Amino acid sequence: MNDMRIAERDVSTSETKIAARGVQVHYGTTHALKDVDIDILNGNVTAFIGPSGCGKSTFLRCLNRMNDTIAAAKVTGSIKLDGEDIYDAKVDPVQLRAKVGMVFQKPNPFPKSIYDNVAYGPKIHGLTRSKAELDNVVETSLKKAALWNEVKDRLHSPGTGLSGGQQQRLCIARAVATSPEVLLMDEPCSALDPIATAQVEELIDELRGQFAVVIVTHSMQQAARVSQKTAFFHLGNLVEFGETGQIFTNPRDPRTESYISGRIG
Amino acid sequence: MSDISSHRGSSSLLVADARTKRRNAAEARFRSYGVAAIAIALIALVTLLISIFGNGASAFRQTFVTVPITLPAETLDPSGNRDPAEMAKVTTIGYGNVLKAGVTAAVREAGVVPEGMADSDIAGILSQEAPAQLRAMVLENPELIGTTVETHVLAHGRIDGFFKGRVTMESAQRDSNVTPERLQLAQAMTEKGLMSSGFNWGFVTMPDASDQRPEAAGLGVAILGSLFMMFVVVLLSLPIGVAASVYLEEFAPKNRWTDVIEVNISNLAAVPSIVFGILGLAIFINFAHLPQSAPIVGGLVLTLMTLPRIIIPARAALRAVPPSIRDAALGVGASRMQTVFHHVLPLAAPGILTGMIIGLAQALGETAPLLLIGMVAFVRDYPGGLFDPASALPVQVYNWTQRSDPAFVERASGAIIVLLVFLICMNAIAIILRRRFERRW
Repeated sequence: MNDMRIAERDVSTSETKIAARGVQVHYGTTHALKDVDIDILNGNVTAFIGPSGCGKSTFLRCLNRMNDTIAAAKVTGSIKLDGEDIYDAKVDPVQLRAKVGMVFQKPNPFPKSIYDNVAYGPKIHGLTRSKAELDNVVETSLKKAALWNEVKDRLHSPGTGLSGGQQQRLCIARAVATSPEVLLMDEPCSALDPIATAQVEELIDELRGQFAVVIVTHSMQQAARVSQKTAFFHLGNLVEFGETGQIFTNPRDPRTESYISGRIG
Repeated sequence: MSDISSHRGSSSLLVADARTKRRNAAEARFRSYGVAAIAIALIALVTLLISIFGNGASAFRQTFVTVPITLPAETLDPSGNRDPAEMAKVTTIGYGNVLKAGVTAAVREAGVVPEGMADSDIAGILSQEAPAQLRAMVLENPELIGTTVETHVLAHGRIDGFFKGRVTMESAQRDSNVTPERLQLAQAMTEKGLMSSGFNWGFVTMPDASDQRPEAAGLGVAILGSLFMMFVVVLLSLPIGVAASVYLEEFAPKNRWTDVIEVNISNLAAVPSIVFGILGLAIFINFAHLPQSAPIVGGLVLTLMTLPRIIIPARAALRAVPPSIRDAALGVGASRMQTVFHHVLPLAAPGILTGMIIGLAQALGETAPLLLIGMVAFVRDYPGGLFDPASALPVQVYNWTQRSDPAFVERASGAIIVLLVFLICMNAIAIILRRRFERRW
């Protein structure tokens, strides 16, 4: 693992954005996530790593209540966003998801134009008052997603006609268009080629200045490249959570060491 | 040491081994079964179409008599004031006499009457419907009275059959409805231009006619009735079917109740249509006291029958929308309803529409339930609305196939052609709508 570039290690802030305490997830009779405590910090990229089926994606989907769409999933424990419990009965998941954006594993643009893809979020949340304002939001979002230069001449052609990497950046633009406070990314690069992956990773690094970014990844190199904090999940347990540099160079738990050195997983 | 490659027969790629030959032979056999199956289906379809068009195409042509008729004012308008109410008192018998006199005079003048043919026999070339046609023409246009007008009326069904090859001189010998002299007269009239055959608009506009006058039987009432019923079916089954499938697929919790509902919808789709007829008879007519033979009842019954057949493909279309689209919409904070209406439904629309049109096409061709709610009745008045008695296209076909006069064979086949044209139109609409929705991406 000598090629691993551990770039910016400084955890730039200690301000907690999301605080999860004692989170348990059951899918029917399966206990998918056991007693997870974690603090997601503002302005940082937090990576979740671990073998397949370890519960990292499940936990990510708890953070914006996407697990609500799975009837069998039951979440207990507390997850607080800025001190407010997001599983409180009074919380509308729709409002929550406007604050906590999500990018999925497979690029999933709407079968609409590039413009409509990005404009959809601001439109349904009523974030803009005029067409000009909306145009502006679309442009800045596409610029943030480093896609503007490639698509500015064909904003009204279908988003599904873009290449895989472009589609994923379009999905990122769509997610940032609602000005979220947290951006969740579920293996955003697993369907992309190395060049597109590099672009998206660069993007993630830029975005962390504005949001707390949480990324689930299978690639330890990617976790090392983009994140400041890393959480290692195994069999539904949060095994270790700490600064990325420490996790990769000096893991405290033997299981973490086995995983990052390739013995389990 | 056992080497797996030693099981291979020939090592050369240029020589196919026995196993490969067997596999290739099996594939070739399977392909030929497929070709044979398609060939059988095509032959059946072609035979069907040939027999329908062969029998039915002649229903769209009809023989007409065109003669100048003098309309005497003293018999047709005895009061002389051209008052339509007064004139309507003259029945078709009065017009029949006028017509008979006019035709006899015209053919005698043209010199086409075979020797020894009586005047009373000459009028037999006219349809029994002809006086009614003349009467309708005069009542619509009273100024014609007292003048001589070129009149275009239906020839008798046997005369028409003669030109279509159904009636011959030999069969006319034995037929009480026609004589060989009349056929000779018809032949001679055709040569003089007094009798001609033309496109039969009456077949699609006129109402049904009795056994004795197949030449006047048309589909007007049946087409109207079918259109009214389809209107009811579309109006009810589209919103109900789409709402039910969207709710069941996107919103309903998956529990025992929804399982029961799901099983029942599948079962309802398999219920024989005549059962829906009995249900309609019991509920809509006996309980709700809606009128018999009315398109509203037919439409309601067909809606019940069509709903499960719409819901099942609509749910399949909704299920076929990739879940990633729902995730994407929910992920940017759309509510479930926004997710469904902005993203899922537009993507499922082509599939839903196709299912809808296929359901409607089935409903259009459905006969059995309509028999039970009285749409099999003989209706001569055009329905003015959903509550007036009407007939329906498939029922009209059923009706005509039961009539004894062979002229109704061509009518029944002709009606099937009209029904097929409607079905083709509906399928074309389905294809166009599909294209429309799909062209968006």
